[in-house]
Amino acid sequence: MRGLEAHRSRATQAWGELQSNARPLIYVGAGSCGLAAGAAEVLEAIEGHLAEKKYAADILKVGCIGPCYLEPLVDVQMPGNPRISYSNVTPVLARGLLDSFFEGEEIPRRRLVGHFGQDGFQGAPKFFDHPMLARQVRVVLRNCGIIDPDNVDHYLARDGYKALEKCLSLPWRDVLEIVKNSGLRGRGGAGFPTWRKWLVCRETESDRRCLICNADEGDPGAFMNRSLIEGDPHAVLEGMLIAAYTIGAGDGTIYIRAEYPLAIKRLRTAIARMRELGLLGDRILGSDFSFDLKIKEGAGAFVCGEETALIASIEGRRGMPRTRPPFPAVEGLWGKPTIINNVETLGSIPQIVRNGAEWFSQYGTETSKGTKTFSLVGKVRRTGLIEVPLGTTLRTVIFDVGGGLAKGFKAVQTGGPSGGCLGEEFLDSPIDYEALAAAGSIMGSGGIIVLDKNTCIVDTAKYFLNFTQAESCGKCVPCRVGTRHLVAILERISKGKGEISDLARLEQLSRAIKGGSLCGLGQTAPNPVLTALKYFRGEFLAHIVEKRCPAAVCRDLVVYRIIKEKCTGCQRCVQVCPTGAITGPRAEAHNLDMAKCIKCRSCYEICRFDAVAGDAIVIEPGA
Amino acid sequence: MSSHPFSSFAREFKGEPADLIPVLQRVQAVEGYLTQDSVRRISRWLRISENEIFGVATFFAQFRFTRPGEHCLKVCLGTACHVKGGEQILDVLTRRLEVQPGEATADGKYQLERVACLGCCALAPVVALDEKIYGQTSVLRIHGILEERQNRERA
Repeated sequence: MRGLEAHRSRATQAWGELQSNARPLIYVGAGSCGLAAGAAEVLEAIEGHLAEKKYAADILKVGCIGPCYLEPLVDVQMPGNPRISYSNVTPVLARGLLDSFFEGEEIPRRRLVGHFGQDGFQGAPKFFDHPMLARQVRVVLRNCGIIDPDNVDHYLARDGYKALEKCLSLPWRDVLEIVKNSGLRGRGGAGFPTWRKWLVCRETESDRRCLICNADEGDPGAFMNRSLIEGDPHAVLEGMLIAAYTIGAGDGTIYIRAEYPLAIKRLRTAIARMRELGLLGDRILGSDFSFDLKIKEGAGAFVCGEETALIASIEGRRGMPRTRPPFPAVEGLWGKPTIINNVETLGSIPQIVRNGAEWFSQYGTETSKGTKTFSLVGKVRRTGLIEVPLGTTLRTVIFDVGGGLAKGFKAVQTGGPSGGCLGEEFLDSPIDYEALAAAGSIMGSGGIIVLDKNTCIVDTAKYFLNFTQAESCGKCVPCRVGTRHLVAILERISKGKGEISDLARLEQLSRAIKGGSLCGLGQTAPNPVLTALKYFRGEFLAHIVEKRCPAAVCRDLVVYRIIKEKCTGCQRCVQVCPTGAITGPRAEAHNLDMAKCIKCRSCYEICRFDAVAGDAIVIEPGA
Repeated sequence: MSSHPFSSFAREFKGEPADLIPVLQRVQAVEGYLTQDSVRRISRWLRISENEIFGVATFFAQFRFTRPGEHCLKVCLGTACHVKGGEQILDVLTRRLEVQPGEATADGKYQLERVACLGCCALAPVVALDEKIYGQTSVLRIHGILEERQNRERA
């Protein structure tokens, strides 16, 4: 077998030199989230400043390391120092950081997050002791934020493609055995044991088998797969090679959302490097295994996350699901046995093979093994991408990792549009496939959205139903028409025009949709409504009976009011009001004419953040 | 035989029906949107009826059938953005630009779009102007983003 030894030893040496601090090294978090927070401007400032001051340093553009709320993150690693991380860096701050490091004695303290060294360093905390990171176990995300995702040598130096080399020397059954013993279940949401699916596919007689990596991350509020591909594309690609070897697939497809341009770019670069290294094409690394892959950009349809719809869209048809069986593992793409695995499932495989099934299954619960990535967002203090062992409680994730909420906790939403809203009584239940299903929600692909007292449950349910209604492919009547009616009823309730009987109607309709739909979209679409009704019935009643929205969100019910005693008459709100609803002379309390008010929130925000008084305008539940 | 209707990129494809979606994506990338005429040409090339092409193209959110504005303004309405007020940002833009989502402004400068999720949920609410993503926007900050762009264009 023609291995990667020579290339890997060169790569390891280069990586070692980079880490040995011969030259100053600057890390910039340049994932989509970092760039959204302004990393591009910071990078430009750093490059300009290095040139101007003639500081000699290398710059490493890394993926997302997790705490998105601290972005842009810039880390500096000087000769003799460990890597030290700084948060919320602006161009001005970046220049200052460089000056301090290159000319100062002490490390700068402002916005310091922590260092990556083993021992204490100048009294700075360790990066991985940061409260958001301390409880995490980084298995899939091990390279994110550490390596340059475009540089395959970095991946190789950190034992990349060693798992593939190991697999190629084993019979496929042995590889399957490792995956089986690890207890890995599909990370796309349904949680089907990965090995079982693979076995069915392998044992189906065929002249050709196909592998598809599902990167059509469609759940609103979820971005785990994007971050993994942007931060460590080769991990996913190595997982694909191992999966293909095990199931005997000759060609693979990565089906990825067109909304993820950076992730697509990273994959294209990574695939080109793989070709150069002989990791794609005929007789990979001199073995009998041949495999090639291509990228298909999804054209924007949530239902294409469903396996048979995804296949239809790759074949150039409308992305509509079909009845199963036959399952795709038996009859899939072009009628051939096909395995569709989620990005994270595939990204876990190399780690499982490299470190052993037992190592992986030490994490997790009896039935849900390993770690899982989640995007922790919403009204939580520390938002970002996290990875924790399955079985961790929601309380740990929201309050320890996420740092709790500024305002009171109300609910947590898991599983995206197919999941549900769980209240306080579920905070101590573990995050695993069974526990979440028992509560009426699902694990889903990993979005955890935290809702506070200022989030309306009726509005949230309406939001998800609007989404699934728009994304329903239209094939099954209960889903196509039923979701429309659910939206209409929720719409009515949020306007204060609902009736008590609407609640029973919602439940009845939900059951009909769940029972009468072909695919997962329809079968789970009513979950947000059902859980909301089950756990937050009182809030529905407040809308229906009292005609008020307790969270002060539903626009037809809320009332804007100026607190006369607080208002200093600074006129900032008068200037931003688009309809002239606010009047009043300078230095006197203003008047708000609700007949003209369109509830656009501009006055509320300007008063909150930009006015003399602050918080003199309030939004009230109404009635 | 006359020259190929899409000579600039025809060689990237095999020219079989399975190429339909990637071809539509390519045509839209080059021409900005799908015209009646381009659909006719694709139909002849891939040997798929125009009917079927429209069936596929209208199924997916990505495809447009009217000329888009010069700059695309996408308001994210993912879950995180929704609970942080994305809807109201869209409202402000609808009023300011005097268009509905999915339409281009009268001067053709801006295309307003609502998108399900841009995947930057930790920075919600998020708005994207062409390739640039703005995090932690608000009904007030959004005006600044547009004005900054206009000033830069004038400069």
